[in-house]
Amino acid sequence: HRHLLELLKRTTVHGESNSALIIGPRGSGKTALLNHVLKDLREMKQVTENLLEVHLNGKLNIIDPTNDKVALKEITRQLQLENVVGDKVFGSFAENLAFLLEALRRGNRTSSCPILFVLDEFDLFVHHKNQTLLYNLFDISQSAQTPVTVIGLTCRQDVLELLEKRVKSRFSHRQIYLMNSFDFKQYIKIFKKQLSLPAEFPDETFAQKWNNNVQHLSEDKTVQDVLQNLFHHTKDLRSLHLLLMLAVSAVTVHHPLLTAADLQEASRQHRTDSKANIVHGLSVLEICLLIAMKHLNDVYDGEPFNFEMVYNEFQKFLQRKAHSIYDFEKPVVMKAFEHLLQLELVKPLERPSARAQREYLLMKLLLDSSQIMDALQVYPNCPTDVKQWAASSLSWL
Amino acid sequence: MNTRQQSKLIYSWYGKPVSSDRKLRTSQYKGIRITSESSRTETCIQLGDFVLVEGVNADHPYVAQLMDLYEDGAQHKRAVVQWFCRLEEIPQNKRKLLKREVSAQEVFFDQVLGYDTDIAAETIIKSIKVLPLHLGEELPLVALNKEQTFYVKQSWDGKCFKVLSPDTFSKLKEANKKRGVITNSSKAFIPSDSVTPVKKETESVVRSATKPKNVDMEIESKHSTSKSSLAKERHSQRVANNDIKTPTARKKLELNSPARSKGRLLGCEVLGLLDDDCDAIAPLEPSATKRKVKFTSEILGSPPKIPCSNDKSKSTSETEEHCHRFSDTVRLTPYTKIRDFSEKDKNLHGKDDSLSLVGYQRLSPDQSPVLTPRSRRTCAQKTSALIAEQISMLDQEDFLSGSDSSYSSSSEEEEDDDVPCTPEKKSKSSRKFSTPKSSRKPAVHTPAKTQKKTPLPGTPRTPRNATPEIPRRIQAAQEPASVLEEARLRLHVSAIPESLPCREEEFQDIYNFVESKLIDGTGGCMYISGVPGTGKTATVHEVIRCLQQAAENDELPPFQFVEINGMKLTDPHQAYVQILEFLTGQKVTATHAAVLLAKLFSTPGPKRKTTVLIVDELDLLWTRKQNVMYNLFDWPTQKHSKLIILAIANTMDLPERIMMNRVASRLGLTRMSFQPYTYKQLQQIISSRLKGVKAFEEDAVQLVSRKVAALSGDARRCLDICRRATEICEFARQKRTPEIVRMAHVTEAIDEMFSSPYVNAIRNASLHEQIFLKAILAEFRRAGVEEATVQQVYHHHVALCRMEGLQSPTVSEIMAICSRLGACRLLLVEASSKYLHMRVRLNLSQDDVMYALREE
Repeated sequence: HRHLLELLKRTTVHGESNSALIIGPRGSGKTALLNHVLKDLREMKQVTENLLEVHLNGKLNIIDPTNDKVALKEITRQLQLENVVGDKVFGSFAENLAFLLEALRRGNRTSSCPILFVLDEFDLFVHHKNQTLLYNLFDISQSAQTPVTVIGLTCRQDVLELLEKRVKSRFSHRQIYLMNSFDFKQYIKIFKKQLSLPAEFPDETFAQKWNNNVQHLSEDKTVQDVLQNLFHHTKDLRSLHLLLMLAVSAVTVHHPLLTAADLQEASRQHRTDSKANIVHGLSVLEICLLIAMKHLNDVYDGEPFNFEMVYNEFQKFLQRKAHSIYDFEKPVVMKAFEHLLQLELVKPLERPSARAQREYLLMKLLLDSSQIMDALQVYPNCPTDVKQWAASSLSWL
Repeated sequence: MNTRQQSKLIYSWYGKPVSSDRKLRTSQYKGIRITSESSRTETCIQLGDFVLVEGVNADHPYVAQLMDLYEDGAQHKRAVVQWFCRLEEIPQNKRKLLKREVSAQEVFFDQVLGYDTDIAAETIIKSIKVLPLHLGEELPLVALNKEQTFYVKQSWDGKCFKVLSPDTFSKLKEANKKRGVITNSSKAFIPSDSVTPVKKETESVVRSATKPKNVDMEIESKHSTSKSSLAKERHSQRVANNDIKTPTARKKLELNSPARSKGRLLGCEVLGLLDDDCDAIAPLEPSATKRKVKFTSEILGSPPKIPCSNDKSKSTSETEEHCHRFSDTVRLTPYTKIRDFSEKDKNLHGKDDSLSLVGYQRLSPDQSPVLTPRSRRTCAQKTSALIAEQISMLDQEDFLSGSDSSYSSSSEEEEDDDVPCTPEKKSKSSRKFSTPKSSRKPAVHTPAKTQKKTPLPGTPRTPRNATPEIPRRIQAAQEPASVLEEARLRLHVSAIPESLPCREEEFQDIYNFVESKLIDGTGGCMYISGVPGTGKTATVHEVIRCLQQAAENDELPPFQFVEINGMKLTDPHQAYVQILEFLTGQKVTATHAAVLLAKLFSTPGPKRKTTVLIVDELDLLWTRKQNVMYNLFDWPTQKHSKLIILAIANTMDLPERIMMNRVASRLGLTRMSFQPYTYKQLQQIISSRLKGVKAFEEDAVQLVSRKVAALSGDARRCLDICRRATEICEFARQKRTPEIVRMAHVTEAIDEMFSSPYVNAIRNASLHEQIFLKAILAEFRRAGVEEATVQQVYHHHVALCRMEGLQSPTVSEIMAICSRLGACRLLLVEASSKYLHMRVRLNLSQDDVMYALREE
């Protein structure tokens, strides 16, 4: 933090040009850090009138992700150069670039206002053609022109390797790595801090009660287990927020305080498997098809299958059982199969072409066998024979 | 456009050869006849005449005097000329030697050696006038047409300006006289006390009116039939003006103007210009005021009547031309008369000024008259000749406020411009009227000048070429306070060192190469390669700087310097546009620019300076057909190009690798490669930058240089590390006092820059993320392939979790972990739509992962 603050301060106060990258995994607080620093900076009187900020996001350029055009226009807009330009129609991309470079070239260290470029999702700018924008920004920061500080935010650790060698050479190699390096104790502390009500909360007695409760919660064993589990999965604070959000939404007038059970419930919701959830809503026939696919996967070791194979497997099961309940027509089975396709539980290997018959299209199952088994356990009113069949395809022989 | 028009011109000798040289098989002539096929006009230019010669920029042809005409052995028509140079042709830094304002009409007797005075006769455009003046003299006010007339006061020999020697002065005068003076009645009204230039001017008016007689007559008749409302005498004057232009010019106009006037000018503007033109003619009449009023009102009353049939195109094109090239129309003749009044009407200044303003505003609803003065105002600002449009403005004023005040106000305005005793007034008046609208067109030629103008507040339009600027900072930048800050400032890459250490040899080589080419006046290419940060661009710039200095000190012929950077172009073809803009200031499309440049470099330009072109990041100019590179390297091989190219790129074998044979062969074999700096050199660079500042330990510098030299030899990196080290030192300093960067600081900085981020990232990952990485390793080991699907890894992951006694994650959670690691690029993953069958691969070596995980 201090490093970054110093860096920006120097740019604004001394007119020194710099470039830096903030690298850290998602949710590690890169943007928060930058905003914090900028806030501090703005509080300094010296800086407020002296800094121009340009914020660019790599996602900005949706239509044509390999072009700097939109970014350039955005820079011009944010620098408010367009009113200098007046009604001049911004012609070509080339003109635009020349215009901007000319503008930046005019300044010098002592007299022009320093500019701060913040490039969010820096890694996406790397894919722009020739990396023109980056080259020019870094080049300006390395030459005696308008003082410029370029700050890139990215989560990619290898972003430097993506830069072209001459762009890389111009970059100052200042990298600020952000890591979620806290341990579990700190994690609990964060949890407490996040959940506690602030001092300026209007109802003081309730705030006190709530905060006491939070304190208790943080010492509770089950709650600690829940948090530990989440902590093991990810150190991303956003997921913690998500979990707490789920828990807190259970709080009502009649149920004013958060309990450990609430948190557990939230954690359960948070952790549930999305695909397995879908399986719960399927019909018995569709489950049967899934089981058939699972067996096929076991037998052929994950080789792709087509509808005919699945139907065959299903028929085998029926013959063995000699039950007539599941004796559906083939088109009906086909329909069920297509439903699974729509739910993306199975996926065709290649795009369905008009020529290939649907029955022979090669498919892959997107579920793991354990997922199917888990789903079957909780599936209501599941026929026992189906369960047995699922457990073993060869048990009947 | 120029080429097209030229092809229709026929140049033929006038008369029989005067003398001929058998041995050289040359024969000399005393005149040349230029016949234009389409308009069937014919002009004859004789020895001693002044001519315009086609130049680099179509808008600024060269001025010259015809000294000799001959036909050489190969039947080529050649001409020997004495050059005159315009102000624009004189280097910027020398212009201040002049210590005075120079109007656009003034030229200098050119005594610079080295310009080719032998030119092809076909490049002559038309004849003009060049009048010699004494230094102290004001520019004459009575001019025919700025386009046609130039004045000489001083000579220019490349170093300093000199007053014309009496010998040349008289010679020039002679040349003018030779054309014959026919006195006319208009001379009668010039008072005896008027100054000589005025007289001369009127003479020239008359002369021009009478000289090209044969052509004159037919056009005159044509005109007078079409324009019945104007007095005949007036008209002939005007036609005469038209006619001074040779058919060449005329045709060019006709070619140019319809398109231009349609595209750029509004209809009413054209109308306004028409009016303007007529206004300008009016003052030629002896009885100025009365006629003026009458005339303007007449025009205002019947604007649609004037532009009739064939007259229209001609007059619009003419006015267009006038406006466009700052050339005023006919100057005011009754100047002298007005002059007499000026003395006694001085006290009226203030009043008149406001009056004229009022008249102006009142006129403003009326579109055409307002437009006229406005558009002409810019021209006026640049040239000192404000008079013509002052009058035209005054015309309108008169027309409204009555003829009473006309004399006083006009005289006042006149004085305003002529006598530099009221400068503040002049500036005021010019600012008042210089609306950005009018400055638009001239700005194309002189962007520097438009900048000075302050656009009126509230006017929506701004000058077209407004050069944008980053707002000034409000508070001044702080100066470095401590030694460390000072050191940091010097270590910044942007800090320009006084000299470039360790590149002396390369510097000398490049310098010698360019210098020799400059002296020879030939062209050539040089290819410079080297890894980034080895000082290629810096060295080349240093060379150019030295050469420019040498050229300033007249040790070398002057040259133009153009730089393009492949990275700063959006498209390789934009290179043409930028080069052309640097050279001539024109802005055209890429294809057109290529054509123009090719023409520029392939035709012998008589007065063209050598151009030094730096092409940085050459490899980015690569196109599939490589035509950009081909052209660039082809031009220097042309005989007359005088182009020196210094191409810079990173790769040493670029010519062999990506260039086609024909491009590579044109590039030639003059190559130079910049080796990466060795540690000693880096050390020298740092210490030379830190000269006088004791901020670094000797060992620390050495450590940095050795470290960088071992890696890349990139000087930028080296400087950045040092800079970072000073910062670290500064942090640490707060506890202790010593202000010197030690080994520890440098090591820290190096570690910070070169440390691998991956290991750290893995160590800080969450438990399940680490387990997932372990699972991947296990799967790799099992399968023996460095790629696995998530499904396979998942099984391992669950097994590992069971071993550790952890709750095993669900598939969704695994997918989340996988995508997080993928976002950090610890893993390379496929598109997530494949779900469990998504393939995963490590982005770092297995050993690194093992190392990072074992520590735990």
